[in-house]
Amino acid sequence: MTVSAYNFAYLDEQTKRMIRRAILKGLAIPGYQVPFASREMPMPYGWGTGGVQVSAAVLVPDDTFKVIDQGADDTTNAVSIRRFFEKTAGVAVTDDTAKASVIQTRHRIPEMPLRADQILVYQVPIPEPLRFLEPSEVETRKMHSLEEYGLMHVKLYEDISQHGAIATAYAYPVKVEGRYVMDPSPIPKFDNPKLTMDAIQLFGAGREQRIYALPPHTQVVSLDFEDFPFEASKADHACDLCGAVDSYLDELIVDDAGGRLFMCSDTDYCSTRRAAGHVGAQGVPVKEDVA
Amino acid sequence: MTPLLQVEAVSKFYGARIGCTDVSFDLYPGEVMGIVGESGSGKSTLLNCLAGHLPPDAGAVRFDTRADGLRDTVTMNEPERRMLGRTDWAFVHQHARDGLRMNVSAGGNVGERLMAVGARHYGDIRNTATDWLGRVEIAADRIDDRPSAFSGGMQQRLQIARNLVTGPRLVFMDEPTGGLDVSVQARLLDLMRGLVREMGLSAIIVTHDLAVVRLLADRLMVMKDGHVVETGLTDQVLDDPQHGYTQLLVSSVLQV
Amino acid sequence: MMIQVEKLCKSFTLHNQGGAVIPVMQDAQFDVAPGECVGLIGASGAGKSTLMRMLYGNYLAASGHIRIGGVDVARAEPREILALRRDRLGYVSQFLRVVPRVSTLDVVAEPLLRTGCAPESAGARARDLLERLNIPRHLWTLSPTTFSGGEQQRVNIARGFAYAYPALLLDEPTASLDAGNREVVLALIEEAKARGAAIVGIFHDEAARRRVCDREVDVARFTPGLA
Repeated sequence: MTVSAYNFAYLDEQTKRMIRRAILKGLAIPGYQVPFASREMPMPYGWGTGGVQVSAAVLVPDDTFKVIDQGADDTTNAVSIRRFFEKTAGVAVTDDTAKASVIQTRHRIPEMPLRADQILVYQVPIPEPLRFLEPSEVETRKMHSLEEYGLMHVKLYEDISQHGAIATAYAYPVKVEGRYVMDPSPIPKFDNPKLTMDAIQLFGAGREQRIYALPPHTQVVSLDFEDFPFEASKADHACDLCGAVDSYLDELIVDDAGGRLFMCSDTDYCSTRRAAGHVGAQGVPVKEDVA
Repeated sequence: MTPLLQVEAVSKFYGARIGCTDVSFDLYPGEVMGIVGESGSGKSTLLNCLAGHLPPDAGAVRFDTRADGLRDTVTMNEPERRMLGRTDWAFVHQHARDGLRMNVSAGGNVGERLMAVGARHYGDIRNTATDWLGRVEIAADRIDDRPSAFSGGMQQRLQIARNLVTGPRLVFMDEPTGGLDVSVQARLLDLMRGLVREMGLSAIIVTHDLAVVRLLADRLMVMKDGHVVETGLTDQVLDDPQHGYTQLLVSSVLQV
Repeated sequence: MMIQVEKLCKSFTLHNQGGAVIPVMQDAQFDVAPGECVGLIGASGAGKSTLMRMLYGNYLAASGHIRIGGVDVARAEPREILALRRDRLGYVSQFLRVVPRVSTLDVVAEPLLRTGCAPESAGARARDLLERLNIPRHLWTLSPTTFSGGEQQRVNIARGFAYAYPALLLDEPTASLDAGNREVVLALIEEAKARGAAIVGIFHDEAARRRVCDREVDVARFTPGLA
């Protein structure tokens, strides 16, 4: 079977309509988990099937598409999803955050602030922030509908009592517009303050069959205690390649002697800075002809 | 004086079978009422109807709310009823694991109700939790242990602390001493007596143990086959039972 | 009158023994004025204890009236009787119903605490009574569970006299006491009378009865079939 035998962006138009309705409902009720009829996709659950279905439903032929996995454009997951839409939708693709109109992401928000004409699509493994404390879906739905969120603070309380601080470092729960408590997907809590942004943010959970959304400029507050306020933490270091002090860093062990290297997790941000002449402690200047 | 709880003709059926039928009584502030009867007599069904866990098929359960006075909790909307459930009401289950979060520390268990009503200061929550663990005789250094590491009696005391921390006015107890050793029961009963008096609590205690109601309850209701067969002062019902079933119940108690 | 008993009747129906009805009291009638002590007399089985228990609301009256402190015990709601027992009507039974783990001091102070008395003065009153009734000091912080019968009886008396009830029921208060403690209890009764308490008592100890009782009521008069 040829690629042209598929509908634009793989999913049939009726399915896309169904997903778009879920997206619109999600945008109308920020932070509320909208159930949707998740389809089988040609990739296993856990590989971004929710994000892929949301992307398929929002892509139009003149979009420019970017995919990142933990900030990187060049990991297997990112490359395969990007190629999937190159093949099934024929859309332009890019690594450049500024040039992309739709960005699908796993576990990061790009460092560069997004614009009002961009859409950020998150892959979500477990959309229910209360799940690990309350196993019953019936009960968690009731808790959301009645705004009974005391349990969420129990989790943070347990963190402090066991670790002396809120140890939750990713998938840090937030309250949306003073109403729904939401799991921002497993982004590092460093990214939480960026959740209030100019772009539309859509969250898709394929296995769990849920879509939720944050319209532009939505108020998103990270839960905390008065005496243990939320802190957006990162490694206390600058990027060894580009010298950035404001970006979220990955830590790499580079030799058997335990030598370490910190580098931006957002590869596009790092390479853009290096191209502009920024050099970190272990970096080398980028030559014109190589770049 | 306004009753704290006004129960009027409450009935609950399971299909054609009677759960409890036509139960009425008033409970006044500070009163402790026992409900006794054998297994299947409808006492737990009644308790669950009163506490909002089961919708009765008929009747009214009016609670003297702080804001609006007597309100029927049966027809009240669910958010309001659940709010009562974590503020003015408390429910102590027979099995501690039904009333505790077994994978959350003792402190977290006690703190949950505080956080549910808006407490957001970790230090204050922890101090209150420590204070309450002390009041139910659990050592402060156990605050970060999970209830799964506690004995049955400790779990039950923890459940009581978790329930009373928000200063409820009405406590529902379902066989609170069931399944505990006699010595552990005595300690728990003494603790509950003290708390009831100090806090001026009203309580409804369902049990089949007549010794428990004699110690804890001012008033007694005897149930059989879903019907209330006798009510009165606890010592009067136990010492001068009027109904045949109550006489049988009282005379069946083994003397030690 | 502090205590007024009028046309009081009582019978027991034994539902599990063929529904046998045993009448035990017929038209009991007597009054007790403040500061007065009335002794109930009659042979064993005549119904002295039954009458006493009815006065306290422990046994249910079949008909008639028991007016004590503004409440008709024969037909009052449980909460009215509870309130009456809290601040108007005391009862010293023959046996202490022991609550496990509660210290002797707290057992004695409890009736005072229930009426809102400050813990310090309640404790002081409890210590004073235990002292007078010769309960050794080292036992005060222990639960009376393991005390001897006589010690438990004295703890029970201390508890009964801790609060100054306007009406007081005494069931054999001097039974099984030695001469010294008996004297203390009689003094307590006299003090209660002096402050105006209306007292109904059962005393098998005739000398004690003669000393504290102003009048006697023969319960046999109210026994069905004997009158």
